[in-house]
Amino acid sequence: MSVSARRRRRLAENVTAYGLLSAALVVFALFSWYPIVRGVVLSFQQVNFVSDPEWVGFDNFELLFADPLFGVAWRNTLLFTGLALVFGFAIPFVTAVLLNELRHARAYFRLVVYLPVMLPPVVTALLWKWFYDPGPGLFNEGLRAAGLPDLAWLDSSDTAMLSLVLVSTWANMGSTTLIYLAALQTIPGDLYEAAELDGAGIWRRLWHVTVPQTRFVLLVLLLLQVVATMQVFTEPFVMTGGGPDDSTVTVLLLLYRYAFVYNDFGSASALSLLLFVALGVFSAAYVRLTKRSAE
Amino acid sequence: MKSPRSRRVLVSLAAIGLLAAVPACSGGSGEERSADGKIKVTVNGQPPQTQAFERMIFDQDVAEFEAAHPDIDLEPHEGFMEVESFSAKLAGGQLEDVYYVYFTDPAQIIARRQAADITEAVKELPHVDKLQPQLLDVFRDGSGKLYGLPTANYSMGLVYSRPLFAKAGLDPDNPPRTWAEVRAAADKIAALGNGVVGYADFSKGNQGGWHLTAWLNSLGGQIARKEGDGWKADFNNDLGRTALDHLKQMRWTDDSMGSKQLLQDADVQRMMGSGQLGMYLAAPDNIPTLVKQFNGKYSDYGLAPVPEGKGTLIGGEGYMVNPKASPEKIKAGLTWIQWKYLNPDRFDSFTKRYADANQPVGLPAVPNPDIWTGALRDQQEAVKAKYANVPAQNYATYLNASTTIKGHLEPPSAQQVYATLDTVMQAVLTDPAADPGALLSAAEAKVNATLAQVR
Repeated sequence: MSVSARRRRRLAENVTAYGLLSAALVVFALFSWYPIVRGVVLSFQQVNFVSDPEWVGFDNFELLFADPLFGVAWRNTLLFTGLALVFGFAIPFVTAVLLNELRHARAYFRLVVYLPVMLPPVVTALLWKWFYDPGPGLFNEGLRAAGLPDLAWLDSSDTAMLSLVLVSTWANMGSTTLIYLAALQTIPGDLYEAAELDGAGIWRRLWHVTVPQTRFVLLVLLLLQVVATMQVFTEPFVMTGGGPDDSTVTVLLLLYRYAFVYNDFGSASALSLLLFVALGVFSAAYVRLTKRSAE
Repeated sequence: MKSPRSRRVLVSLAAIGLLAAVPACSGGSGEERSADGKIKVTVNGQPPQTQAFERMIFDQDVAEFEAAHPDIDLEPHEGFMEVESFSAKLAGGQLEDVYYVYFTDPAQIIARRQAADITEAVKELPHVDKLQPQLLDVFRDGSGKLYGLPTANYSMGLVYSRPLFAKAGLDPDNPPRTWAEVRAAADKIAALGNGVVGYADFSKGNQGGWHLTAWLNSLGGQIARKEGDGWKADFNNDLGRTALDHLKQMRWTDDSMGSKQLLQDADVQRMMGSGQLGMYLAAPDNIPTLVKQFNGKYSDYGLAPVPEGKGTLIGGEGYMVNPKASPEKIKAGLTWIQWKYLNPDRFDSFTKRYADANQPVGLPAVPNPDIWTGALRDQQEAVKAKYANVPAQNYATYLNASTTIKGHLEPPSAQQVYATLDTVMQAVLTDPAADPGALLSAAEAKVNATLAQVR
């Protein structure tokens, strides 16, 4: 059989696969890749959707850099990401370890931990808005019952961002916890037994067995969490609108304002391009660093 | 039984069929004529089904208009101005031929060339020259071309709870006339306890900036002043500091504004509607909202002119025309706007329908917005008085002052300016150590940057 005949046969055998794949590719191209490319192009244009787009070079970027909120939004976003990692990375891991140690009612607690994930994000935000209500809110009522002073929560620029991080952690820790738990359950039991025979206590077992064995999952989730938290939007949009005193204006909230309040899609696309580049650079650097440390 | 090969082909075809089912992007809304040869015009502003009375009136008007204009086929759409989806609708060919706007929108829409120039087309319409010139100016560009028509307006006043005034030993028929009196009244009302708030103000969703603007106008100030070809911020001065100091004293010294802040109109209306609030700055159209949404009584609410009365913020609504509309559609669309909203021949019949349905008549709001000048204004006032069914004495002070207080239009790039000023309001209302002077200086720099970048 000639090479070309073999190639034809292989093509014929795979026609179904190509057929099915092409559908997905076209959908991806239409709804994911095309908008990304269009967004990059828009960053250098001014559009009004009536006449042809006007090429404006770096004007949109200059406009962004001149906006006093630009720096504020990046600072707030990095603060949110930092806080979200402290809480959103550590708490689910500790929770997973505790769940892993449970002997009874493990399924029940797994469900309880996962339940918040099933709430729509806006519902979560509105629920916590009531928790945080400075008057009859659940938290301040609790503080009063304990004889402690009220906290302003969302109404103070000192505590608003931390309050949002708590909401985000509570809402999203279920998925992360379950992934950690799955990773923990793949660790062979005999490693722990060997460590125990060598006289290792619970902390040394955690440090020398659990962490190294789940290292890959930890690193991947860390990257995903940074990428996700840098794009925080729902909580500040629903709960604070960026306030008080701009303390919760995030990059995505600013992007939303440019696009849907000021109807300046060029500048909004420019900002999204900057965020895309920042996250891309971070991800590449992160992957390289973790590869190097693995070697 | 089909062979594996034919099954594979079928699956492939199904996949391709699925692709074909992916909707293509729409290229535009407007076919020029309907099937029966009429000029087809899409309009929004149709109230939702939940507002049964307003919806009924609108639909009746559409039917009546079409009967009177057999060559025009109106296609009404629910919805008003949604800034979030405006450009997307325009890009997708889904924006109506005639679309609703707030007074804060036209400047930007005109600058982006997203509305049709109707300067010539309105010359054929009756009564347009009798509209208040300052309202028409909202829809003009720098060279005087016209891009839309105002259909209703409001001016800011002070809405107050008459029962709480009485409970706090204040005279409901003698509402506060100055900010000092507002402060004293708020203090007395807050002293009632049980979570009652004396005075509330907005600080979120650009509404804080909107209200700070109204406050400044009440003191005779303004947010921005024209300078040469451009605009400059005009609030970092004694008037701005006076307004913020006053707000700060009410919030922190008197504790008469409650601890919950970052409020918007819906929050404050809820407080007022549930009898937990004494006063807030609002336009007259808030009163029907309070009564309808919270099963209240018109007699429970009073409306006073804005404190100090040295000026008041005026806003409103109107209609603009899709820039892609043909001259025929523009003409038909404007005919509808004039017939429905700017029609002295219908003053009486339109108002009577509201009165017959026990809807509020007598407020300077729908069905009798204060948009006319001269004889037409007198004619409308007479109709309003004829059918008035709300306790006009509760709004007497507001109505008497409304002709003498100077109206201020909203600043250019209003939404961006308000977003910046939200920050100022939030700081004063949430931080007892906030420094009004420093806040205004910081906001001035931001607002000047915004005003310099109007594009």
